Amino acid sequence: MRDPISSISVTYDSESHAAALAASGLRRGHASRLKERAIEFTLFLAALSSVLTTIAIVVILVEESYQFFRQVPLSGFLFGTEWTPLFAEPKYGILPLLTGTLVSSGIALLVAVPMGTIIAIYLSEFASFRARESAKPFLELLAGIPTVVYGYFALLFVTPILQRIIPGLSGFNLLSAGLVMGIMIIPYVSSICEDAMRAVPMAMREGSYAMGATRLQTALRVVTPAATSGIAAAYTLGISRAVGETMVLAIAAGNQPNFTANPLEPAQTITAYIVSVSLGDLPHGGVGYRTIFAAGLTLFIVTLFFNLIGHAMRRKFREAY
Amino acid sequence: MSAASSHAPDSVREIRQLIARHKRWDYIFVTIGLVCLMVGVIAFTALFLSMLIQGAPRLSLDFFTSFPSRKAEMAGILSAWVGSVLVMLVTALAAVPLGVAAGVYLEEYAPKNWVTDIIEINVTNLAGVPSIIYGLLALGVFVYGLDLGRSILSAGLTLALLILPVVIVATREAIRAIPVGIREGAYALGATKWQTTRDHILPYSSAGILTGIIIGLARAIGETAPIITIGALTFIAFLPPAPLTTQPPFNRQRFPDPIFLTKAPSSWRQGSVSLTTRAVPVSPM
Repeated sequence: MRDPISSISVTYDSESHAAALAASGLRRGHASRLKERAIEFTLFLAALSSVLTTIAIVVILVEESYQFFRQVPLSGFLFGTEWTPLFAEPKYGILPLLTGTLVSSGIALLVAVPMGTIIAIYLSEFASFRARESAKPFLELLAGIPTVVYGYFALLFVTPILQRIIPGLSGFNLLSAGLVMGIMIIPYVSSICEDAMRAVPMAMREGSYAMGATRLQTALRVVTPAATSGIAAAYTLGISRAVGETMVLAIAAGNQPNFTANPLEPAQTITAYIVSVSLGDLPHGGVGYRTIFAAGLTLFIVTLFFNLIGHAMRRKFREAY
Repeated sequence: MSAASSHAPDSVREIRQLIARHKRWDYIFVTIGLVCLMVGVIAFTALFLSMLIQGAPRLSLDFFTSFPSRKAEMAGILSAWVGSVLVMLVTALAAVPLGVAAGVYLEEYAPKNWVTDIIEINVTNLAGVPSIIYGLLALGVFVYGLDLGRSILSAGLTLALLILPVVIVATREAIRAIPVGIREGAYALGATKWQTTRDHILPYSSAGILTGIIIGLARAIGETAPIITIGALTFIAFLPPAPLTTQPPFNRQRFPDPIFLTKAPSSWRQGSVSLTTRAVPVSPM
């Protein structure tokens, strides 16, 4: 660090030396400008790779689905109530898979939304610093467990317990898969909710306390309304997470495309269908192979819809304060 | 005013009661909050204990050095963990340079224009794409499009794409935490943008970037669905012939379930060769 400074002070009084230094500096400047440009372009390409990924996803899904819909009418796909694509007489109604997805996500959200919200309110408005610091690692650990482990947890631990409470419960069912999925999503919902509540300015809470409100009143009537868009974002992103969840359902929900809304029965979701087909040995290029892309496209559109809404709302609460 | 003062004893008591009632609700809510937190903690403990109780007796050196077998007492996870390690190598080699470079570009270089906006929105949305969609992407692009087959390379690249948003976001956050003064100091000494980035920004943010990389790799090693989608073999009783080759001469060689390395109990792994076939029955096909 000292070198350039001392050399400058030396060259200051010898003019020719200074000129030579400036000239070499300019030459280096030209070369390094080129290098700078090259580096910037390389970094730009790296950033662009994420866009290419999205484009590739859309192209692959749309192309294979297009081939699929040339053989299968769209109306039959959207409104058919039977999904037997690999039978001798195939039927391609996505409704059984959609109901499976809806019911399991619904159960998961019934668990994750209230509990995630309450935990977020508790952690952000009530908990002491120490309570918060000791509770958060557990939530983070819950969020870090691989979903396969949750799947076997649902199948081998939760289902037997549920079977004792609800006699006659099938070994594979949407209920236990949904409950475990809900627990899995709690940390996700609670952390985004908590972020949103923390972003509410302290002055608003102080104003409320000054009016004589209790903590709960402040939390429910001042902080929560102020953080609405962030909380809504947490719910939407939670929905998208539940809809896209795969392994818990593939393992614990039974993989039978049942057109039913009864959570006690085995059923199949879009994601679980893709997994079960992939575990078999389907020839590349057939209609059966393309079904997973049609199913995948449906899933992609649904999750993209929720993600876009969720992120738009999240940006809104970030801007608000 | 006079009316208020004449009722004073009454209203003070009323107000005190009101406050007490609301305070009671505070306590009730704290209890509910703690119960909800406990549900999470208990779920985690139950999961961990049930794994420990069922899995610990099976953990032995043999378990890590033998291949999967139909006979439970002989079965091990040798091919599984070797496969996981190899796939993670490919994932790290692909995702780390790409993700860090993208993060650096977005934080340090990117001009404020629509291209940057598109890239940013795209990264947030990629993070929310279900992992199984990446599996379909890999099936179309890596397995059949580029003809890499069902190889370690395909699996590694798939997981690299999957964790790319994680690495990018972590890099950006780490870089954003660096005070502007450090950049200005470097520029004041005549450093170019790249010199500043290489000598100041990257070293200062390396801890945060490393955290992001570790979180990303932890997620990748536990990811199952995309690997199954690109055509998993769930029962492998051999090792890749050349573990460090990145081209796929060991086609159709991959690892069953990466998780078991870290978190799943040995007994569940044991079960999973048979359980996956049971849990994911072939019946509807």
